[in-house]
Amino acid sequence: MADITDARYDAGRQGLGRILPTSVFGALGTLMLFAGAWVMVFPFVWLVSSSLKPTDEVFDADFSIIPKTFAGFRNYYVVLFEQPYLFFLMNSLIVCAGILIMQLLTAIPAAYALAKLKFRGRSILFGAVIAGITIPVNVTSIPIFIGLAKTNLLDTYFAMMFPFLVSVFAIFLFRQFFKTFPDSIIQAARIDGFSEIEIVLRLIVPSAVPAIAAFSIFSFVAHWNDLYWPLIVVQSQDKMTATLAMMQYRSAFDNDYGAGFAAATVVTAPMVIAFLLARRHFIRGITMTGLKG
Amino acid sequence: MARLTLKNVEKSFGSTHVLRDVSLDVEDGEFVSLVGHSGCGKSTLLRIIARLETPDAGDILIGGRAVNALAPKHRNIAMVFQDYALYPHMTVAENMSMPLVMARLPMRARLPLIRFLAPAHHKRMPEIKAHVRRVAAQLQIEHLLDRRPAQLSGGQRQRVALGRALVRDPQVFLMDEPLSNLDAKLRVQVRKEISELHASSGLTFVYVTHDQVEAMTMSDRVALMRNGRILQFAPPNRLYADPDSIDVAQFIGSPEINTLRGLPHADGIAVGEAVWPIRAAGHKSGALRVGIRPEAISVSGVPGLSSIGEKANGLQARLEVRLIEDLGPEVLLHGRLDFCPEEDVRVRAQKGSAYGHDDTLRTAAWLEVSIDPERLLLFDEQGRRLAMAGVVRQRVKEEA
Amino acid sequence: MDRTHAGFHHVQAWMGYFFVAPATFLILVIYAVPIVLVLLVSFTDYTLVSDYFEFVGLENYARMFSDAQFARALVNTLIYAAIFLPASFCLSLVIAIALQERKQFKSILEVLYFLPVTSTLTAMALVWSAMMDSRQGIINNLLQSIGAGPFNFLGSEQLVLVSLAIISIWSIVGFNMVLFLAGLSAIPKGLYEAATMDGADHPLDRFLKVTWPMLGPTAMFVAVTSSITAFKLFDPVALLTRGGPNGASEVFLYLAFLEGFEYFNLGYSAALSLFFLIVIFIFALFQAFFVERKVHY
Repeated sequence: MADITDARYDAGRQGLGRILPTSVFGALGTLMLFAGAWVMVFPFVWLVSSSLKPTDEVFDADFSIIPKTFAGFRNYYVVLFEQPYLFFLMNSLIVCAGILIMQLLTAIPAAYALAKLKFRGRSILFGAVIAGITIPVNVTSIPIFIGLAKTNLLDTYFAMMFPFLVSVFAIFLFRQFFKTFPDSIIQAARIDGFSEIEIVLRLIVPSAVPAIAAFSIFSFVAHWNDLYWPLIVVQSQDKMTATLAMMQYRSAFDNDYGAGFAAATVVTAPMVIAFLLARRHFIRGITMTGLKG
Repeated sequence: MARLTLKNVEKSFGSTHVLRDVSLDVEDGEFVSLVGHSGCGKSTLLRIIARLETPDAGDILIGGRAVNALAPKHRNIAMVFQDYALYPHMTVAENMSMPLVMARLPMRARLPLIRFLAPAHHKRMPEIKAHVRRVAAQLQIEHLLDRRPAQLSGGQRQRVALGRALVRDPQVFLMDEPLSNLDAKLRVQVRKEISELHASSGLTFVYVTHDQVEAMTMSDRVALMRNGRILQFAPPNRLYADPDSIDVAQFIGSPEINTLRGLPHADGIAVGEAVWPIRAAGHKSGALRVGIRPEAISVSGVPGLSSIGEKANGLQARLEVRLIEDLGPEVLLHGRLDFCPEEDVRVRAQKGSAYGHDDTLRTAAWLEVSIDPERLLLFDEQGRRLAMAGVVRQRVKEEA
Repeated sequence: MDRTHAGFHHVQAWMGYFFVAPATFLILVIYAVPIVLVLLVSFTDYTLVSDYFEFVGLENYARMFSDAQFARALVNTLIYAAIFLPASFCLSLVIAIALQERKQFKSILEVLYFLPVTSTLTAMALVWSAMMDSRQGIINNLLQSIGAGPFNFLGSEQLVLVSLAIISIWSIVGFNMVLFLAGLSAIPKGLYEAATMDGADHPLDRFLKVTWPMLGPTAMFVAVTSSITAFKLFDPVALLTRGGPNGASEVFLYLAFLEGFEYFNLGYSAALSLFFLIVIFIFALFQAFFVERKVHY
C-alpha cells in the first residue's frame, strides 16, 4: 500500500497536493467512508431505538435515537413473554441446526470419496453435484411441495428441512478442500492400519475445520433468514420460524409499533450478534464460499 | 551522465532499523551489486533508489541532481523485479510499451475507448510500436510480442522484463534478484547476457542479489551489506583477497574461509599448540582470528614418503582427513590440523598433484600440509581486519 | 502382492459407495427427481385441489408467453435489475477500493458495511418500510427538511421498484464488498510497483491498467451472482408490497409463487419454474465461459 500513497504524494507535488497534504485527502476519504457506514448501520440504530419507544413516539416527527419515554422493558416483555417469539426462535434454531447437521453428515463423506477414493460413477456424481449447484429451491419447490402434501408431511420440521438435507454446494466446497490434502499422508495412515472412516474423522475433518466452519456459518445464516420455504410448507403457528412469524404477524403490531420493532430486533439479533462475535469467520466464510474455494 | 550517489540514507519500518547511514557512490556506467543475506537491507536500498520507498533521512542524487522528491517516472530509472511483475492481462508488446505510453501520451489518449478520439493516440502509437519492436529485436523476443506472460517460459519472461526496462532509455538500471526464479543452467546464460547488455548499453547498473557468485562475476564493484550497513564496497577481487572484516571474509568465497583462534605470543601468534612467526600490525593484546582460505593450505605430501617440494616455504602441519568431497577437477578435504585439533578446517586441493593418486586417499589418513603465511588474514576479536606486519623470524634475523 | 492390491481397490470402491450413498440418495430425491417432475407437471393442468389432471402439452408455455401478467413481471424484474445491478456493483467496488487503501479503521468499517448481510432481511425490511413511510417516515422527514418530497416510496407505482432496489442494495453491498476485497488483496503488490516504475502513478491509470483487469474474474463473479440475486427478489415483495401497488412490484419469482402456492396452478407455476431454471443456466454458462477465458498465469 505504501506505493499507492507514495504515488499520490508524487502526483500531489505537481498539482493540487502542493496546497493540500496527503493527510487531508486521507481524512476526507475516511470521513466519507464513515458517512457511508452510518447509512448502512442506521436502520439497525433506528430499529433498536424504536424498540425501546412507546408506540406514539416511533413515528415522531423529530426523531431522536435516545427514547424520550423509555418503553423498552414493556416492549420486550410483550414480545418475549406475552407472545410466542421465544418459541418461534426455537423453531428456527431446530430447523437450522437440523439442516446443518444433516448437510455435514452427508457432505463430508461424499466429498472425501469424490476427492480421494476411486470408484465407478465418481465423475457422474461429481457432474450431478456441479449441475445441482446452479439449481435453487425455487425451481424444485413445486414437486417437493406436492410430494410432501401427498405424504401428509406438510407443516412438520421434516418438511421445513427436507429440500436442504443435502447441500451440493457443501460437497463441492469440501471436495475442493479435501483434494489439497496430501495423498501420501492418507497412504501412510492406511499402512498404519487406519480405516477409511478413521482417516476421515481423524485426519481429513480436523484439517478442514476452516472450510467446515465457513460453510456452517453460511448455511446457518441462509436458513435462519429464509422466508420462501417456510412460507410454503408451514401452516400452523407451532411450526412457525421467527422469520415467517415476522411476516405473518406483521399486522398484529400495526397499533403497537414499539413491540413490533422489539420483535424484529429479537429475530435479527442472533445472527447480528453471532457475526459481531465471530466476524473473521463470517467474512472468511463469504470469501471462501463466495469464490468457490 | 548518470552518476548515482546516496548520502547518509536511513530507513526504519516501525521499530526495525533497516538502513543505517548508508552512503554509496556509483560511477557513470558502472555495474554495482548489492549483496548480502536476506534482511540485510539491500532490497530496501534498491527500492529507495527507485523511490518505491521513501528514506527517513539522506539524499539520493542522480547525475549530481537531488531526486528525493521526484516520482519514479521523473527519475529516469528502470527496474527489473524479482518476479518480473509483468502485467498478465497484456501482451508482451503491451507490457513493453507501458512506460512509453505513460510518458508520451496524455491522459485522454490513455483512457479506454475515448483514446481512439485523441489525436495523440494515432500519432504516437505507431512510433511507440516501432520502438518496442526494435528493443524486442535486440533481445531476440520479436516472435513473442503477441503472446501473454502466461504463455512464456521463465527465461522469456525475464527478457520481456528486461525489454520493458530498456524501452525507456533509462539512465540507471535497477535489478532486484532477477535470476532467482530461473533454473541453474539458464541462470548462467542470462548472467552472461546481462553482462553483455551492460557492456553494450553503457548504463549504470545496480543489481541486488544474495548470490555472491552473481555479484562477483558480473560487477565492477560489490557492496556487501549486513544489518542495514555497507560492510565493504570494493571490486570483487579486493573483496576476496583483502576483506575489511571477518564478516566480509566469511561471506565471500565458497567454501567458506577457515578461521582459527590465535593469541599473541612472544615469537609471533599462537594458534592451538603451534606458534606461527607472524605478527599483526598495531595489535597489542587480546585474542585474534586467523583466516585461512581453503586454497591457502596446500598438500605437500604423505607422511612417511619423501616430501614433494614447497616444504620450506610454508608453515608445516599435518591434516587428519575426515571427509573427502570430490568436485571433479579438485577435492575438498574436511579435517583437523594436528596443532589445533578442536577446529574443523576445509582444504581445497588439486587432484592428483601433491598427495599422489586421488583414489589412494582415504578418510582418517594423515597428510602433510603447508600453509602460506603471506595469504593469512588476521582479524581482531571484533572481527576488524589487521594488517600483517611481516614474518617474525626473518625480522629477528635481520636485527641480529 | 497383486491380489492384495486389487483387493484394496475393491475395498476402496466399496468404501466410496458407502460414503456417497446418503448424499447420492438425497441428490436424487431433492434434485434429480423433482427436476424431471417439474418438467412433467409443466405439461399438465394439475392443481392439487383435485387429483384429476390432464396432459395439456405446451399449453402452459403458450399461456406464459401470452400472459400479460407474466410479461409485466418480467419487465418489472428487468427494471429492478437495471437499478439494482449497476448500483450495487459500483458502490461495493468503490467501497472496497477505498477500504483496501485504508490503514486505520479498516476492520471496523468492514464490519459496519457487512452488518446488513447477516441481518434478517424480513425484519430489516419492516424497518425500511417504516423509514420509507410516506407521511411519518424518517426519510421523508429528512427530505422535507431540505425541501424535497414527500415521496410515497413503497406506495407509488413509479417508485416502488426503486425503493425495493434500495433495500436490496443496502443488504448486498457488504457481501459484494467482501468479494471485491478478496479479489483486490489477491493482486500482486509488485504489479502496482511495476506500474509506478512505468510512470503510471495517477490513480485512474493504476485502476485502468492494473486493478480493473486483474479484478476481472471477481467482477464477473459478482456481476453474475448479483444478477441471479436480482432475479430471485422475493422477501421484501412478499412482505412489504405483495406485488402492489397495482402489480407495479409483481416480480418474476413472486408471480411464480402466487401461481403455485396461492392459486395452486401448479402446472403453470412449473412452467414458470423451468423458465427460471433456464435463465439461471444461461447466467451460469455465461460465467463459466468468461471466467475460464479470463484466468491469467
